[in-house]
Amino acid sequence: MRNRIVLAALSALTVVAATAGCGSSSGDAKSKTVTIAYQKFGAFIQLDQQLKDVKAEYEKAHPGYTVNLQPIEAAENDYYTKLSLMNRSPKSAPDVMYEDTFLVNTDIQAGFLAPIDDYLKNWPDWSQFTDAAKNAAKAQDGKTYGVPMGTDTRALWYNPALFKKAGIPVPWQPTNWNDILTAARTIKQKVPGVTPLNVYSGKGAGEGATMQGFEMLLYGTKNTLYDDASKKWVVSSPGFNDSLNFIKTIFDEKLAPKPQDALDPNWATTVSTQLLPQNKLAIDLDGSWINQTWVSTGQKPWPEWSKVLATAAMPTQNGEAPGKISMSGGWVLSVGSHAKDKKAAFDLVTTMLNRENTLKYDIGASQIAERNDVANDPRYLNSNPTLKFFTDLVQVTKFRPAYPVYPQISDAVQVAMESVMTGQAQPDAAAKTFADQARTAAGGDDKVMTAQ
Amino acid sequence: MTTATASRAARFGAYVPALLLLGVFFAGPLLWSVYSAFTNVALTGSSSIDFVGLANFRTMFHDRQFWNSLWLTLLFVVGSAVIGQNTLGLLIALLLKGRGKLARALVSGLVIAAWTVPETVAGFCWYSFLHTDGTLNAILHRVGFSQNWLYTTPMLAVILANVWRGTAFSMLVYQAALNDVPPELHEAASVDGASAWQRLRRVTLPLIRRSIVTNLMLITLQTLAAFGLIYVMTKGGPGTKSSTTPIYMYQESFQFYKLGYGTAMALVLLVIGAIFSLIYVRLIKVDDL
Repeated sequence: MRNRIVLAALSALTVVAATAGCGSSSGDAKSKTVTIAYQKFGAFIQLDQQLKDVKAEYEKAHPGYTVNLQPIEAAENDYYTKLSLMNRSPKSAPDVMYEDTFLVNTDIQAGFLAPIDDYLKNWPDWSQFTDAAKNAAKAQDGKTYGVPMGTDTRALWYNPALFKKAGIPVPWQPTNWNDILTAARTIKQKVPGVTPLNVYSGKGAGEGATMQGFEMLLYGTKNTLYDDASKKWVVSSPGFNDSLNFIKTIFDEKLAPKPQDALDPNWATTVSTQLLPQNKLAIDLDGSWINQTWVSTGQKPWPEWSKVLATAAMPTQNGEAPGKISMSGGWVLSVGSHAKDKKAAFDLVTTMLNRENTLKYDIGASQIAERNDVANDPRYLNSNPTLKFFTDLVQVTKFRPAYPVYPQISDAVQVAMESVMTGQAQPDAAAKTFADQARTAAGGDDKVMTAQ
Repeated sequence: MTTATASRAARFGAYVPALLLLGVFFAGPLLWSVYSAFTNVALTGSSSIDFVGLANFRTMFHDRQFWNSLWLTLLFVVGSAVIGQNTLGLLIALLLKGRGKLARALVSGLVIAAWTVPETVAGFCWYSFLHTDGTLNAILHRVGFSQNWLYTTPMLAVILANVWRGTAFSMLVYQAALNDVPPELHEAASVDGASAWQRLRRVTLPLIRRSIVTNLMLITLQTLAAFGLIYVMTKGGPGTKSSTTPIYMYQESFQFYKLGYGTAMALVLLVIGAIFSLIYVRLIKVDDL
């Protein structure tokens, strides 16, 4: 009997001790530790590898401090979720985090990130960053919440051999939407068996449809999705309808792939691993990163890619200045709002993102440099034949209005595209449905506007 | 302290660790999800959590996409679990009863193999079987019938895949149950002139009805929550044509950050699961067995 009581008491004690142990890690030791949370997934191991070196570099320069690396092994969406969950409790919130510009504004409103303007003032390297980059992590409150690591841009990839077959002179540089349509029509007529033009569209491609597809069109008109001055969502505009009409044209005239193929969730993989390498796609509106698929360590090694494919900037609708358009995403390093020693955390950011480390990272992870000193470095420019082209697009690039409701607006855009490409709705009707959905998502009439 | 109370205390004490663990890892999350169903808690994008009463449920009531998802979930559960897995599992178990060892091993082996495949792998198998360049189309190509089946018949595709994957469970349950049916009853019924159908209807089914209820309940609850298979095969598309409630819940909670709304839907799913269970228990009258 006595034994049993002792046993029970002991097991109870063990549990209590174990649970208590979970919470007691925040002692004195922690104030001298800087934690950094980042993604490590699939082929994306460059950041993890480099941070191991940066850890040593930092600890050497900051005696008494330890860098605690916290790689999160998850795909993009799950990485966001995991990071948000970590940030929800001060105990698990990292001091520094690898943050998608897409989520910066949302996470600021959740109170996860700390402004770093005071530290940036005293960091001479900050002047090397492009204006677009400086705005990438600037919030609605005008403060800056992250230092950009590198970005991506978007443009037209095309196949000169197929163009020659169709009798279109190369190098090709369309100056308006109509030039693209004309080229696609000629290819359809002269080179059977080839898909003339791929523009990601519909819910299957997800955010790729909104950003690589729709926004590359819309931001080349005189309209946008969000009005920065009035801080309202533009739910109805001529540019919106024109963009939908472009989608309708390419699908109606069968210049684009069949809707049932284009709506497949794995369509982007099919494009980069099959259609482009097999010369079955003439023009592809796509990201600067797709050649990552074709390097020797990529999903589909294709050493000849730089000889087979060429690039052209996406023109504005009617050639309006500056004549070309691009959209950018990219990632930043941010300091967490729960970081005890924000200066130490910021120092880790600047160690990782000094000139040499940024150069190494941008080359390794196929990023478009956002620091002028890196962008002009021959080591960077010679690392990849299309890099200069995509880096120059940074001058005209735009960022998404990535506020908390953006994912819902983006979803509504995909729904509108899908109903147009499948012929379920005319562009005007689809635009009207979009306006209704976007108004609900944005939170009412005072959050949205109509543009001319 | 008397010996009796001491021993009672000791006995209770022995439960404490288990209760603590249950409380922390089971009741805790459950209560949290019930609570958050009545709040506007967000994954990110807002730092405050407000109690909003029934607002999430009101939104749900007017949310056409939610009703659509609920209908698709019902279709999925009835089609793939109640009709597909359950009937097919019973059928296979009946057909295998009394067959040779080799036939039993071969058929059960194949059916169970499908079950042991991880959900995402099963999803990708079916994806590559059904999509435009898939195996099915390679066969159908000759008759000029090829199409992307995931696009033209998304619900049928995910239902078939789930039947394929889940039948083994029902088959195993029914094989075990049928082994417990005494052969004398069947012999007696045959002597009385009962046909095979009558023997099944009047003898076998009443005797295994406990197993039927258990099986129906388990597979219904499993299928109600099915996510991976559909997500891998269609991601709920095209459009929202295969967006069952778990898929829609995932979209709202993790892509649109509306955790509160997502948990409210989870609560509704829980109630639906309970209703299904009640219906089974009533229909099959387990009590008076």
